[in-house]
Amino acid sequence: MRLTAALVVAGALLAAPAAAVQPSEKLDDPGLEQRAQEVGEKLRCVVCQNQAIANSNADLAADMRKIVRERIKAGATNEEVIQYMQSRYGDYVLLNPPVKPKTYALWGGPAVLALIALGAVLVYYRQRRTRDAEDAPLSAEEAARADRLLAEDDDAAADDDRRGEAT
Amino acid sequence: MIVEFGHFALVLGFVVALVQGVVPLVGAQRGNAGLMAVAPAASLAQFLAVGTAFAALTYAYVVSDFSVLNVVNNSHTAKPLLYKITGVWGNHEGSLLLWVLILAVFGLALALFGNNLPPALRARALAIQALVAFGFLGFLLFTSNPFARTMPPPVNGQGLNPILQDPGLAFHPPFLYLGYVGFSMAFSFAVAALIEGRVDAAWARWVRPWTLAAWIFLTLGIGLGAWWAYYELGWGGWWFWDPVENASLLPWLAGTALLHSAIVVEKRDALKSWTILLAIITFALSLLGTFLVRSGVLTSVHAFASDPTRGVFILGLLAIVLGVSFALYAWRAPHLKGGGLFRPVSREGSLLLNNALMAAATGTVLLGTLFPLIVEVLGMGKVSVGPPYYNYTFGILMIPLVLAMAVGPMLAWKRGRLGRALARLVPAALAAGVAAGWGILRSDTAGSAVVAAIGMGLAAWLVVGTLVELLERSGFYRHGPATALRRLPGMPRAAWGMTLAHLGLGIAIAGMVGSSLWKVESVQVMAAGDSQTVAGYTFAFHGAREVKGPNYTAVQGSFTVKGPDGATITTLDPSKRSYEVRSMPTTEAAIHTTWVGDLYAVVGDPAKKREGFVTRLYYNPLVPWIWIGSVVMVLGGLVSLSDRRHRVGVPARARTARRQTDGEGA
Repeated sequence: MRLTAALVVAGALLAAPAAAVQPSEKLDDPGLEQRAQEVGEKLRCVVCQNQAIANSNADLAADMRKIVRERIKAGATNEEVIQYMQSRYGDYVLLNPPVKPKTYALWGGPAVLALIALGAVLVYYRQRRTRDAEDAPLSAEEAARADRLLAEDDDAAADDDRRGEAT
Repeated sequence: MIVEFGHFALVLGFVVALVQGVVPLVGAQRGNAGLMAVAPAASLAQFLAVGTAFAALTYAYVVSDFSVLNVVNNSHTAKPLLYKITGVWGNHEGSLLLWVLILAVFGLALALFGNNLPPALRARALAIQALVAFGFLGFLLFTSNPFARTMPPPVNGQGLNPILQDPGLAFHPPFLYLGYVGFSMAFSFAVAALIEGRVDAAWARWVRPWTLAAWIFLTLGIGLGAWWAYYELGWGGWWFWDPVENASLLPWLAGTALLHSAIVVEKRDALKSWTILLAIITFALSLLGTFLVRSGVLTSVHAFASDPTRGVFILGLLAIVLGVSFALYAWRAPHLKGGGLFRPVSREGSLLLNNALMAAATGTVLLGTLFPLIVEVLGMGKVSVGPPYYNYTFGILMIPLVLAMAVGPMLAWKRGRLGRALARLVPAALAAGVAAGWGILRSDTAGSAVVAAIGMGLAAWLVVGTLVELLERSGFYRHGPATALRRLPGMPRAAWGMTLAHLGLGIAIAGMVGSSLWKVESVQVMAAGDSQTVAGYTFAFHGAREVKGPNYTAVQGSFTVKGPDGATITTLDPSKRSYEVRSMPTTEAAIHTTWVGDLYAVVGDPAKKREGFVTRLYYNPLVPWIWIGSVVMVLGGLVSLSDRRHRVGVPARARTARRQTDGEGA
């Protein structure tokens, strides 16, 4: 799906097939290497278009991976490594944006959207209920239109009957 | 000469679009049949003009006419013919020409197959289509002319980006555009209906097949793109929440919501103004996607600001389309009276809930996509919004949606019985429990166990729930298996379509969750004779050799893979290509697909420190389910599209046909 991106930038920025972590970079301890990989997936290669350093073959990504591994080897926890990278490269490096005043809209947005959507549904039902009481019987015009439609709609009605039977 | 002819045809198409956009509108307003009849004729003319332009550009590519700048920049004589042709849309100008061509094809289809529509509605819809085409043809002619010449012509071209020289990628853009542009039909119908001030069941019946067709194409396009990323990028990822990917997901989400709300309009005459709004939003999101991708604003706000001609033009188009259609909506929609009443617990109620959640999910993806741009424009620094954000927010919104997906179809129209539906769904709940337990056992960290339990549980719930609904509908529970078997084949195709599409999504969810949680990878240097075990499979490396392709050379490695029991499963021959014209490497992963996962091997550069090659070996569990699920969803769409009521269910046409037969009889 990166293809459209490829179309746009003609591959200039979109790193070619990701080669990512090189064997020479790997830590000897598989547990630590696993952690380094996890951290690498949360950090952005800052010269790439939305790629994590774990999946980028840009030179800078390789340097950043090296820093991550040095820190982990020195005994830092995953959180500490991420904090260190953030202090060095800024919020931009975090693929998981931090919750702070600047990003309240980002993190609060989905909940607000969901509440608005569900609220709108509730309002819809409420309005329907009041209108329901107002215009329950068909007006003469509506009744005439209904008859006309029913007469016209033979085919569709037959179709619907068949469907009704299947249901 | 042929190139100038193409350029001229494009100008002609531009003028024809203006005529088609104005005259039928006036005709429909005055009830003048003669003016309205301009629309279908102009559609044909526009198709011929734009088609000629497209053919001319294709010709320039096929014969490698290097006096055309676009061909110079994107082609080369040594390229295989297939990629000379697909190179036509592998660039900004050509892809926009394809966009307009597809718009013209949809217009022509409406002109040819729309005889059963009320003439005024058809004239108006075709006019709106043409006004959109007018905007885009103007964009092409004034900012992105594909026929621009260059003097003196160079001896050869610069070649096509190697990443685009791949069958999956070659056909991805046309499908994506068929989807994007297909939603223009729903938009045109929506605006036409607003002008007329009338939306009824018949309207929904006409709009649904076009929306469904666009949805099928977009699903295919997105699926093809994800598949390409999976086998080509060489590390087994298939979705990155990249803004460009999100740009295609947004209209898909809105379009899916539109398909569902149009059902309520058709069957129950309710949710009219919401459906109209969704049709407008869906197409607006298609345009927004085009803007994001085409303006360069995603690369950097500054890059966009330094050469804003194209971006500003599309932004202007977007503003006009949105402004005019929303103004029309605000003016007309309040007069659209909904008919059918229903309770919250009912089929309509569940479709409305689906729409609310889909709208929130669409808004979330839009927010995440635009947020970095907004922050940058406001001078608040730079932030990244990556996969973790979407996994939390979008992921959580999907949970109630999928839960409701199994219940909704079990409810009756108007007033459903939730208790009865849930009682029927007990097997689905049991299956979900088993799948969740399996997911937990399969995971080795607490975090992935939680995600696995939710993801696998939802997938099983949806698959089994959908099958339960199929049984219920066939009368299995009330009349027994014999009746059910007899009835199943005769069920409406639209019902089968829904069953398949929902099943497909369930399968795909399992694939998406499993592949992201349980991927096993191993990166190392291997020399001929070395073996490496990944997830129980042993990959034996036999070395690599050089092979030559039509316009590239490649290093091709060879592996034999043995299963845990020692039996040989397959041989894998991944390669790394280096293209002569643009010195950019591409990896060609070798993949062996089984029902439960992919064995995936990539060969990289020769190692620096010792003899051998860097190799990457993966076990990607459940990835095939993503592709199977997507194909099943597309099949569902196709089956639903073939439902006879889309073709003969419109009463007006049946009446005309009857009258004609009567006439012949007399």
